[in-house]
Amino acid sequence: MTDALLKVKNLKIGARIYPPGEKPKDIDIVHGVSFELEKGKVLGLIGESGAGKSTIGLAAMAYGRGGVELTGGEVWVNGREILHTSRADLRHLRGLEVTYVSQSAAASFNPAKRIMEQVIEASVHAGKFSKKDAEGRARELFAKLGLPDPDNIGDRYPHQVSGGQLQRCMTALALCPEPDLVVFDEPTTALDVTTQIDVLMAIKEAIRDTGVGALYITHDLAVVAQVSDEIMVLRMGDMVEHGTTDQIINNPREDYTRDLVSVRSKQHEGQAPTDNPILRVENVTARYKGTNFDVLHNVVMELHPGQTLAVVGESGSGKSTTARVITGLLPPREGKITFDGRELSADLNGRTREDLRELQMIYQMADVAMNPRQTVGTIIGRPLEFYFGMKGAEKRKRIVELLDEIELGEGFIDRYPAELSGGQKQRVCIARALAAKPKVIICDEVTSALDPLVADDILKLLENLQKIEDVAYLFITHDLATVSAIADSIAVMYQGKVVRYGPKAEVLSPPFDDYTDLLLSSVPEMRLGWLEEVIANRKMESAGN
Amino acid sequence: MHPVLKLIAQRLALGILLLLAASLLIFAGTQILPGDVAQSILGQSATPEALANLRAELGLNEPAMSRYFSWLAGAIQGDLGTALTNGQDITKSLGGRLKNTLFLAFWAAVVAVPLAIFLGLLAVRFRERWPDKLISAVTLASISVPEFLIGYVLMYIVGVKLGWAPTVATVYDSMSFLEKLNAIALPVAVLTMVVLAHMMRMTRAAILNVMQSAYIETAELKGLSSFQVIYRHAFPNAIAPVVNVVMLNLAYLVVGVVVVEVVFVYPGMGQYLVDHVSKRDVPVVQACGLIFAAVYIGLNMVADIVSILANPRLRHPK
Repeated sequence: MTDALLKVKNLKIGARIYPPGEKPKDIDIVHGVSFELEKGKVLGLIGESGAGKSTIGLAAMAYGRGGVELTGGEVWVNGREILHTSRADLRHLRGLEVTYVSQSAAASFNPAKRIMEQVIEASVHAGKFSKKDAEGRARELFAKLGLPDPDNIGDRYPHQVSGGQLQRCMTALALCPEPDLVVFDEPTTALDVTTQIDVLMAIKEAIRDTGVGALYITHDLAVVAQVSDEIMVLRMGDMVEHGTTDQIINNPREDYTRDLVSVRSKQHEGQAPTDNPILRVENVTARYKGTNFDVLHNVVMELHPGQTLAVVGESGSGKSTTARVITGLLPPREGKITFDGRELSADLNGRTREDLRELQMIYQMADVAMNPRQTVGTIIGRPLEFYFGMKGAEKRKRIVELLDEIELGEGFIDRYPAELSGGQKQRVCIARALAAKPKVIICDEVTSALDPLVADDILKLLENLQKIEDVAYLFITHDLATVSAIADSIAVMYQGKVVRYGPKAEVLSPPFDDYTDLLLSSVPEMRLGWLEEVIANRKMESAGN
Repeated sequence: MHPVLKLIAQRLALGILLLLAASLLIFAGTQILPGDVAQSILGQSATPEALANLRAELGLNEPAMSRYFSWLAGAIQGDLGTALTNGQDITKSLGGRLKNTLFLAFWAAVVAVPLAIFLGLLAVRFRERWPDKLISAVTLASISVPEFLIGYVLMYIVGVKLGWAPTVATVYDSMSFLEKLNAIALPVAVLTMVVLAHMMRMTRAAILNVMQSAYIETAELKGLSSFQVIYRHAFPNAIAPVVNVVMLNLAYLVVGVVVVEVVFVYPGMGQYLVDHVSKRDVPVVQACGLIFAAVYIGLNMVADIVSILANPRLRHPK
């Protein structure tokens, strides 16, 4: 064959699914994808969920996750076909020639074993390195990947290091046996944007320094643009477009690729605050039961009628805790919540039904926020009965109205959540919140679990509904692109404090405080060389200080 | 203080509290039993004076609370009182019986626990294939048949027909170690069959549960063989549930051997208890109850502590 490192020819992948109440059926996930990867090159696989990117990545290790089966085609690694090879040969391939970095290092490290033991396991087990050599190599990799205390960090257990550090340890695990190919499966997706940039740089440098080939799988085109030489766009198991990174980003040929490239360009013109805020969070300090430290310090923010206040920050910054205080789930230690001119009871039990009705919530995980055994009609109808006592034809009419508003239509009324896509589920949750005719809806990371294009549609829907229903959103998110797409005002939170607050235009223009600057400059931009630029700038700044 | 030590201290304190509660229940339970000890000792022909005298002698006229506390105080110091029927010191005669029961339970555990875990691992390795189904079928069948029946069937086939092991498991102090082992071969086999299924199925379920984890996929993608993945990566994370079920079964081996001891005429606690229940010998019944409770609570406490120690998050806090 050729001397390509990885050669995939007409790869077909299927799976057996078990729909509830029906006979198992076989479906095709990938229908005949072909590509080649040369030694030391990085190919980005990009697409939405269900596009088959992870499945193709794992096929490079002849591995099918769950009930997935590699049904046809050929996969050649280092000049030999691996789909029909012996078990012994496969064991040599996996972990030595081809290694894998998963999305969630936290779940992919065995909690019962020390990090070092797991990093060197594959090399030592196969007899490639002695234990001592492998440990030495692992320490070098820890240092190269910018981990603190590289000599000793391997002695820790996975729960003793942070998520970003663990993701680098996972990269070290993959690079330790000196593989020819590494499959990176969304390695930075679960990280905060400020952490992502460092891990991304570490991965990029490690790839460059070790000369390893890589498949880089992600749904984020801006991220993959920073690390890959070529990009292949996938959609529902088919290849849409394959080209150099430069061509895909700057000169996409297919409509679908163009949509992906422009997905983050939605903008929202911020409105000025009014005189009478609908919701005021006044000097709230709060802590969780049984702990002795505050998770919120003196939080102040205002939400104006018919507008959107975006609360941004990384995980652990106190965004969701603020929402819990506002909804009365976590009574604050100090401070109060005023709603429409009246003070709300700190505790949920002290609130009237009217208080509850006017303040609704939408959650990140739409599928767990709905009862899987209720139909869409029952789910949306419940607040109509509860708050307005609607029944029969009147209720049904209103449900249909709401279904039209969320652009689903009457046909969905008897469906169950399991029959809906992720975006449709979130729409139903929006309709349920709207059914109560609230004045304020708290949206907690409502687009984070969705694919970019779907998320974009949800944001547009929310914006339209805001105009129709005159409802205000408290929009909690970690994604700054989402913020500029929807917000009128912004509160930036960091370690339980509001570090920057004001109208959008003001918050997003210089001069910045250090944290907001870090946050803004960490959002990946869809152009080549962005990553190097940011890192160089930061190095210059820190050298200047 | 290290959080693990604190947790263990809490467990110990809880165990002691539980034992006290158990002692109270045992005492109360034996008090409300119908019948009168003095009556049953002296028989139907006893004169009222003789009955009254005996009651005073046995301290039965004291209030229940003070009798409880003097019994408890004695028990803490290792004095379980004297048997009403034969006037022997309970601690002394119980000691020998307990030793025998523990001897039997120990050897049953030595056979059953590793076998159950090995079969569990094997069942996971070949899950949904014939070895898994065979293991499940055999162990379930053996747990479903009453133990006395298994006992008699084994006695007939292995003892009588094949003559490989004695049918009566009575052991004496004068026997050598190997003679004793030979004597208890059949009861050990029966007990093993009774506890095997439970432990094996729990091991299988616990490991299968862990096998869904992402880190198992990582291990598979490292090129480890199936058995290495199960043994090195899945099993360490399944220890806590496995230890729990092992300890429950060990407790059963000590506390629940009554039937097997009677079938094989083995001089253990079970037989001793059954004898004295029929004679209405309350102090002996109380003493046995207390020891059974202590064994049960003790073993479950060990399971709890092992589960705590098996959790790296508790052992190595941030």
